[in-house]
Amino acid sequence: MGWASPLLAAGATLLVGFVLFSLLGKSPLQAFYVFFVKPVENLYGVGELLLKASPLMLCATGLAAGYRANVWNIGAEGQLTFGAICGGGIALALQDSAGPWLLPLMVVAGALGGMAWAAIPAWLRTRFNASEILVSLMLVYVASLTLSYLVHGPWRDPEGFNFPQSKMFSDVALLPNLLPETRLNVGLLLALAVVGIGWLFMRRSLAGFQMRVAGLAPAAANYAGISAERTVWLGMLIGGATAGIAGVNEAAGPIGQLLPSMSPGYGFAAIIVAFVGRLHPLGVLLASLLMSLLYLGGESAQIGLSLPSAVTGLFQGTLLFFLLATDVFINFRLRLHRRTAPHAATARALTAGEGA
Amino acid sequence: MEHLAALVALTLAAGTPLVFAALGELVTEKSGVLNLGVEGMMLVGAVVSFIVAATTNAPWLGVLAGMLAGAALSLVFALLTLTLMANQVATGLALSLFGVGLSAFVGLDYVSVVIDGIKPLAIAGWSDLPFFGKLLFAHSPFVYLSLGLFALIEWFLFHTRAGLVVRAVGESPESAHAIGYSVIAIRYLAVLFGGACAGLGGAYLAVAYTPLWTEGMTAGRGWIALALVVFATWKPRRVLAGAYLFGAVTLAQFQAQALGVAVPSQLLSMLPYLATIVVLTIISRDAAMIRLNAPASLGRPYHPET
Repeated sequence: MGWASPLLAAGATLLVGFVLFSLLGKSPLQAFYVFFVKPVENLYGVGELLLKASPLMLCATGLAAGYRANVWNIGAEGQLTFGAICGGGIALALQDSAGPWLLPLMVVAGALGGMAWAAIPAWLRTRFNASEILVSLMLVYVASLTLSYLVHGPWRDPEGFNFPQSKMFSDVALLPNLLPETRLNVGLLLALAVVGIGWLFMRRSLAGFQMRVAGLAPAAANYAGISAERTVWLGMLIGGATAGIAGVNEAAGPIGQLLPSMSPGYGFAAIIVAFVGRLHPLGVLLASLLMSLLYLGGESAQIGLSLPSAVTGLFQGTLLFFLLATDVFINFRLRLHRRTAPHAATARALTAGEGA
Repeated sequence: MEHLAALVALTLAAGTPLVFAALGELVTEKSGVLNLGVEGMMLVGAVVSFIVAATTNAPWLGVLAGMLAGAALSLVFALLTLTLMANQVATGLALSLFGVGLSAFVGLDYVSVVIDGIKPLAIAGWSDLPFFGKLLFAHSPFVYLSLGLFALIEWFLFHTRAGLVVRAVGESPESAHAIGYSVIAIRYLAVLFGGACAGLGGAYLAVAYTPLWTEGMTAGRGWIALALVVFATWKPRRVLAGAYLFGAVTLAQFQAQALGVAVPSQLLSMLPYLATIVVLTIISRDAAMIRLNAPASLGRPYHPET
């Protein structure tokens, strides 16, 4: 039944959209068309949908692995940014001596950069017991300020008319196009591969199994000798690596250089994608398409309906709320008459904590 | 000396939004509920207070509206976590993400609007006193309000029966329930109080401190407030000290810029975030002390049938 709540939540979010559009004086049907259909009417639009879904599924796959183990990495946005800095730095440094090995090197550098950024909260958590939630989030601001410093200062394009941006990457540092007449690039294949590897890891590997046990039953995991420290490290590093790759994907893909901001909040949206996708790779895949459509719809609504594109963020939040609310009706059985059943109640109180 | 008094005033002004948000969250957490949505509630409080202040020209009405907006948003959180027993961490995150989106959406038309914000006090005679005038009698009304709130919470939590009940609910909801208190109702009230305080902190930023509205203007203060509660080991007095410490760090960044220190502004802007990480790490290092001071049932859902 777990699959039902994302569908219910998506339906309820659409309903809210219906009411919202009506309240704003737009014809709901027209608005729905502009928001959800128009962006993907042609091949270019479908390319954009897959292009924007790639970083989302990358980040969400890594986050989902951590969340399954109760490791709350919410700083994917920062790890994405730092991955872009590392991958982009390689592209800028080796611009003149580049070969076909440059792109793989950038991806590896991005993954390592994201892992390094995620290693900070992992280390502070395992060594000093500091909340990984707060540390990883604080590092989002630090990463984005670092990037801002680099493109305003040492990495600024001297011929860029003083705009805060790096040089454009050379052609060998750009991800090759995948589908003619669209902007879609091979980054999508990379993302799909990561989703597949993520599924194999969580389902088929011992470490993945141990992470799931650690998330479902920490006491049992402890008793079975599963190291809690290792779980935290794995959860954080996997999330950091995928987010870092997503950063390189953006830098070497649609953007093609380093800008003060490398993502419109993909790292945060990926949190929602992970939950809506039920922390499952296939679900993450579908949820990232939905979330990507929300981004495209927001842009389309800005042009077609003169609605602010911030409506996207509103929909994203609403979707997550409804998901959490509908989960209750799936995890629990509603009973209108109160009966005394202390043990059942205890069991429910216990499972509620692991519902996410 | 005058310069010192001015520095103190600026530090208090910079720390005050954190005082509001962190004190509210402290009360929420004392009742055993972890609400990670402070950033979202602050932003919504900020945007609503700014819009009301800009349209009615009555900034204090805006502040009230901001508090109500923060409380309304926290009610959503309470419904989900207390009635529907959703996971508190996930719901709190959702609240923050939702608040960011909602405030950006609602506030779009108000980004470049200018309002007459709430000015610092100017009491004839008193505020002009040398040194002490600036030090004691010329702050924003919000600074006095936040100190009053601090005194109120300190008194309520540790010197009243009702405060004892709130703490009992946070330590052992089963026991509190067994002696006849409604755990869920008390937690609702604590969450709503936290939401109103976060809204008040946001409102202070939007109608007094800056006074203007920009997207994401809280710049992580809600998250810093969450860290402050841990840093303060759930003691109001230390929340106050921590908030002003952060005010000073924020201030140091502007002072250094003003003095022309040759450090890029972006690196200086990192200071509050790095400071948060450092103090959080230092205080969390002692796991036993955290366990001793944290409300024992913090973040644990409770169902009253047991």
